[in-house]
Amino acid sequence: MLTDGTDNARFKTFSRRAAILGGAQLLVFGGLASRMYYLQVLKSSEYQMLAEENRVNMRLLAPLRGEILDRFGTVLASNRQNFRVLLIPEQTPDIEETLTKLNRVVPLSETQWKRVLRDARRSPAFLPITVSENLSWQQFAQVNIHEPDLAGIEPDVGETRHYPHGPALAHVVGYVAPVSENDLGDEDPLLKLPGFRIGKSGLERRLDRELRGAAGASHVEVNAYGRVIRELSKDPGTPGSKVVLTLDMDLQKFATERLAGEAAAAVVMDIHNGEVLASVSTPAYDPNDFNVGLSQATWNGLIENPYKPLVNKTIAGQYPPGSTFKMIVAAAAVDSGLINPNQKVHCTGKITLGNHDFHCWKRHGHGYVNMLESIMHSCDIYFYEIAKKIGIDRIEEMAHKFGLGETYEYEVPGEKPGLVPSRGWKRATTGAPWQQGETLIAGIGQGYLLTTPLQLAVMTSRLANGGKAVKPRLVRSVGDEGRFGEPAEPIGVSERALAIAREGMNLVSNHPRGTAFRARLNEPGMSLAGKTGTAQVRRITRAERESGVLTNEEVEWRRRDHALFVAYAPVEDPRYAVSVVVEHGGSGSRTAAPVARDIMRLALERDPSNRLAQAPQGPANSQIPSFQEG
Amino acid sequence: MVDAFLNASGREMSLKDKFFEFNWGFLLLIFAIASMGIAMLYSVAEGNFDPWASRQAVRFGIGVCVLFVVAFVDIRVWMNLAYPAYGLALALLIGVEFIGFRGMGAQRWIDLGFIQLQPSELMKITLILALARYFHGLTLDQVSRIRFLVVPALMIGVPFYLTLRQPDLGTAMLIAIVGVVLLFMAGLAWRYFIVGGLAALGAIPVAWGMLHEYQKQRVLTFLDPESDPLGSGYHILQSKIALGSGGVFGKGFMEGTQSHLNFLPEKHTDFIFTMLAEELGLVGGLTLLGLYVMVLMFGLTVGLQTRNQFGRLLAIGVTVNFFLYIFINTAMVMGLVPVVGVPLPLVSYGGTAMLTLMFGFGFLMSVYIHRNYEITRNPGAFW
Repeated sequence: MLTDGTDNARFKTFSRRAAILGGAQLLVFGGLASRMYYLQVLKSSEYQMLAEENRVNMRLLAPLRGEILDRFGTVLASNRQNFRVLLIPEQTPDIEETLTKLNRVVPLSETQWKRVLRDARRSPAFLPITVSENLSWQQFAQVNIHEPDLAGIEPDVGETRHYPHGPALAHVVGYVAPVSENDLGDEDPLLKLPGFRIGKSGLERRLDRELRGAAGASHVEVNAYGRVIRELSKDPGTPGSKVVLTLDMDLQKFATERLAGEAAAAVVMDIHNGEVLASVSTPAYDPNDFNVGLSQATWNGLIENPYKPLVNKTIAGQYPPGSTFKMIVAAAAVDSGLINPNQKVHCTGKITLGNHDFHCWKRHGHGYVNMLESIMHSCDIYFYEIAKKIGIDRIEEMAHKFGLGETYEYEVPGEKPGLVPSRGWKRATTGAPWQQGETLIAGIGQGYLLTTPLQLAVMTSRLANGGKAVKPRLVRSVGDEGRFGEPAEPIGVSERALAIAREGMNLVSNHPRGTAFRARLNEPGMSLAGKTGTAQVRRITRAERESGVLTNEEVEWRRRDHALFVAYAPVEDPRYAVSVVVEHGGSGSRTAAPVARDIMRLALERDPSNRLAQAPQGPANSQIPSFQEG
Repeated sequence: MVDAFLNASGREMSLKDKFFEFNWGFLLLIFAIASMGIAMLYSVAEGNFDPWASRQAVRFGIGVCVLFVVAFVDIRVWMNLAYPAYGLALALLIGVEFIGFRGMGAQRWIDLGFIQLQPSELMKITLILALARYFHGLTLDQVSRIRFLVVPALMIGVPFYLTLRQPDLGTAMLIAIVGVVLLFMAGLAWRYFIVGGLAALGAIPVAWGMLHEYQKQRVLTFLDPESDPLGSGYHILQSKIALGSGGVFGKGFMEGTQSHLNFLPEKHTDFIFTMLAEELGLVGGLTLLGLYVMVLMFGLTVGLQTRNQFGRLLAIGVTVNFFLYIFINTAMVMGLVPVVGVPLPLVSYGGTAMLTLMFGFGFLMSVYIHRNYEITRNPGAFW
């Protein structure tokens, strides 16, 4: 032994402790290995899922919204290329400078400017920010030319909804607009897509699901900073269904132009199948504005306009039907059996009930008139008398048979039911019992009665089609699926009552003394039968009546009478019904009837079955009419 | 006196003898480990040798040269150099206080122009040398006497305090643990460890108060990583996701999604094991751990075969240091200990770590080659 003996003792201790140390190390490695087993085997699937969640981002792809076409294939709503300018912050050294340069090509508003700078601060620098949208082709071309000078600017083409006919269809087709908080409850993930638009009004709203289609998805691989590395898979989604309407765009356009400047509504309907060929409410708004984003000024202008451009007057405008209601009262009278249509009533210009006078529109009266004559002249006294005899219950029942006071599950949202008053209704709403005077007023379509232009068109259709409960329809097909109305059931009105009402309308338009004779349709193969209505808006005082009732021209616009006209055509073999309401338009015969006639003329011209030459028809018999039984 | 320096066979070893004594299997082992590291660095760079893999390979090459040189130097030379080397390291450690380069919020480096030196790294290896040298001179009885413990306590305590001040909690802990393990292997009586252990437990609340805010945050985050998944807990969580999603066979070389899409931080340095386990799976991870265990067992065997106390303690010190690196790094990426900036030896990218590691292995090999040398407790100077 060259070293001292103490080394043996040290070595012994060392060996013992080395064994402990080695054992401890192996134990630690055992621990590490079991931890790895736990993470990589036991929990592996869980972590694999988390890793996939990290790695894969799903990006929704908006499907192309379905087009809306008229019955002949004219495009009513389509998707247009949206020329826009994007900014990718990381590609420019100075955003402000880039915007200054861009401003020379595409003028930017201050709000746009601020929004871009704010977005640039908030989102990752590689995400594009929309600077400006809906550029004109010229502007877009300019941007493309200057692109090399505009660091970080990227011209881009997106899709946006477009309504080529603008205001003419605003109330029927409606519009799309950005998703708002009110649209909660719709779970479609598409709604969370930035810039996504959904139907907010009209058919765009009612058929939104069908038009929207199903979202596509693109699965992309992203890194930790959210930058897209590559696309993993892509599902383009299902484009929205194409919707074909019953509308005839040419007729719609014509009616719109014909009513321009008025607060008015017109509906043209096929009396047999309920197809609506035109549905016009003026004034209107440009639905494209809502899609792009309405300015506060435009919005204020719309809601402050007394002509109420936002209201779809065809279904939400409720007007007293006035004399257009007289066919209903006449039919109720005939079917009641209490009235002989040929029995004459003496019209002196007024009748008295209790201590109240009821006036005819003709101050000194029509003399002796029977039912047909009273329709032709629109004599009020006659209808006061028969209304008094048959009572409100029969009138109410008949009004409902003709679709008044009803809604029709019409495709355009916002349908109002109007009002057909009854004893029960009055008691429930006012607590007071029904007064006989109110029956008289209802007899000439005034008082509580309210109808919409669509209801008036339905009423006229049911008169003209032989008492079938036809309902209005606007949608012919959605995608490949055709939509057909149910066969119309009889409404339960006698043929005789219908015939008298129709003959009355024929006289109105075609008898030289009819109230709408001047607005008759007297062209080869064409004819119409109509009824004027002048719905009183203001109350005429006794004093005014004695000093002479003011004419419509003498009172301010909002106190003038509503002008109404309903008609069907052709007289012999009816096909179409039309209703026209001009708010505060004065007299039905002077304002509404000519418009209805012009619309009907075009409808008949465009009717394929009417292209055959037909024998010209003269005016109806100019003798005093009376209804011939049988 | 000369006899004291002879080996068992009674003669000095020639260079040729040493060459034959060199353990070539060990070299193969660390070559295998380093290769795995270089492969992972190649993957980190998306299949490029630049910028990491090639430089790491060069460093490893230099490291092997260092290993050879250190291994062939007589163990007694190292023994004589132990104290001066420790002194130099201590001086540098104090030096960083004044001329240190601030990096990662801590004062750790001295820029020597050609290399950024981390004195704390140097300290760990020289501390082992110095402690081994010190205990070589004591009998077993002396080791447990209080008055002989003053010197090693200072040798450990001073650098521990200085490193803690930088602040570098990780390295400070490593210095302390290596020191304590050497005390243990030198034969310090059990009672010290029992008393010390209890004292350490009692000191935890005090130590907590002395920690820096970011250090506290790391510990808290470690205890409940889900509490702040996008903040401090993010790294641990992403590392666990990467590991777990690797499964048994991994996602394939260069196919790690967590790594390549940057969900995993610091994947070329501290989190390289995560990346390896993500791409090569449990199989790859356990293979690397297995290779490490072989290195550790070799170190232990060297200690047991050596016939001088200095060599034994040196071999154990180097081995334990190596072990601590592996343990802290892998346990950290598996979410078992708080996030501490400790590289994975031979695998993580980094120059200083590679160099000091190869120095350490050089010592280990030197011990191995000269294992039959018996050295008296007080050999005096050997030059």
